[in-house]
Amino acid sequence: MMPKKWRGTLLYLGILGASVGVLGMRTLPAASAGTPVVSSAPSVPSGSATSPKVSTIPSGAPVRVTGQTIQTRYGPVQAAVTFEGSRITDVTVLQTPNRDGRSIQIASRAVPTLHDEVLQSQSATIDTVSGATYTSDGYAQSVQSAIDQHG
Amino acid sequence: MGIPMSVDVREPAPPGAATAVEAAFALLDAADRRFSPYRFDSELSRINRGERLIASPEMVEVLGLAEDARAASGGAFDCHDPNGRLDTNGVVKGWAAQRAADVLVAAGITSFCLNAGGDVVVRGAPEPGRRWHVAVRSPTGKDPLAVLALQDAAVATSGSYERGDHIWDRRPASAGRPLASVTVVAGDLGTADVLATTLFVLGADGIDWAVTTYGCVVLAVDDRGLLHTGGELSPLLARPDPHLPGKKSLRLLGQADGSPSRSLS
Repeated sequence: MMPKKWRGTLLYLGILGASVGVLGMRTLPAASAGTPVVSSAPSVPSGSATSPKVSTIPSGAPVRVTGQTIQTRYGPVQAAVTFEGSRITDVTVLQTPNRDGRSIQIASRAVPTLHDEVLQSQSATIDTVSGATYTSDGYAQSVQSAIDQHG
Repeated sequence: MGIPMSVDVREPAPPGAATAVEAAFALLDAADRRFSPYRFDSELSRINRGERLIASPEMVEVLGLAEDARAASGGAFDCHDPNGRLDTNGVVKGWAAQRAADVLVAAGITSFCLNAGGDVVVRGAPEPGRRWHVAVRSPTGKDPLAVLALQDAAVATSGSYERGDHIWDRRPASAGRPLASVTVVAGDLGTADVLATTLFVLGADGIDWAVTTYGCVVLAVDDRGLLHTGGELSPLLARPDPHLPGKKSLRLLGQADGSPSRSLS
């Protein structure tokens, strides 16, 4: 499992509560951050990060805080957040549900070439997941726990 | 229950990006407060209790969309539960998330990915030369069913694994094979969400209707694990990442028409 990094992105996470108001709207003024993924992409080389224009907080030495491992229906999710001062400079996904899970047995009414394309697409990198509430919820919780630890 | 939501904005972001994202969150939160069947004081709950009130413009709009969908689907889509109470969950999340995305577009944000509880709107590109890669979760396993490469599009997924509790089984006797999961790609999330819910009710035989009527793209898995597709799916499938190890975990059982099985590996 290789860590995944992003550069030049702003990520905002929120949990919209259905019973007691907003359970926690989380805004991450991040210079670089991640999206909820079920992926194991190679790292993007660092050094090309763009700084957020909103931050005036002097940066200290980078501090990396590991979030809690959150158990989801699809397996454990864990993130690590890197801070410089109070600014988030990086979010890394340490654990995602194992992509080597049990095989999916599918067949197709589609033409074989299209079916093959569907299967091949499964190996592409992932930015986000449609229908992935459980995993993205776990990701948000793990990132938040790292922020809470850092204070 | 909480609906996780994320907005991923790629640089260069305009100066008001953070404010626009907060406005998008606030819009979704307001929609939740108005339409939630789980909140005692929501407008929806008040209507269901028979309180006399003047419906808000938002409620009128959402009920209008639900009625359009009911008529278009021959009654397969209906925002009333078996007890006759209003339940707008099949239409309101996509409608609200699309409005939230419209807020981001109006603020001049040209590249973003908004994910509200698994419903996705993407605009622009995450990086030069690459479209947004949106994985479609498989109803049966941890691997994605497919990865879509999208620009300026919306994706909604309905599945029995996710939120079957409020999708009522109204399938006519002639309905197609029940679907375990159905994903719809359309130009806006309101349409995609309603169609995903409707197709979940209609079954596999509804796919051609949705594609013909709305020009959408459909990717579905039925209860036997057979893949069903509709529309121009091929151009929307992501290419494999050469840096990732090849995955051969999917086994092709056979064509749905009964042709022989074969293995991909």
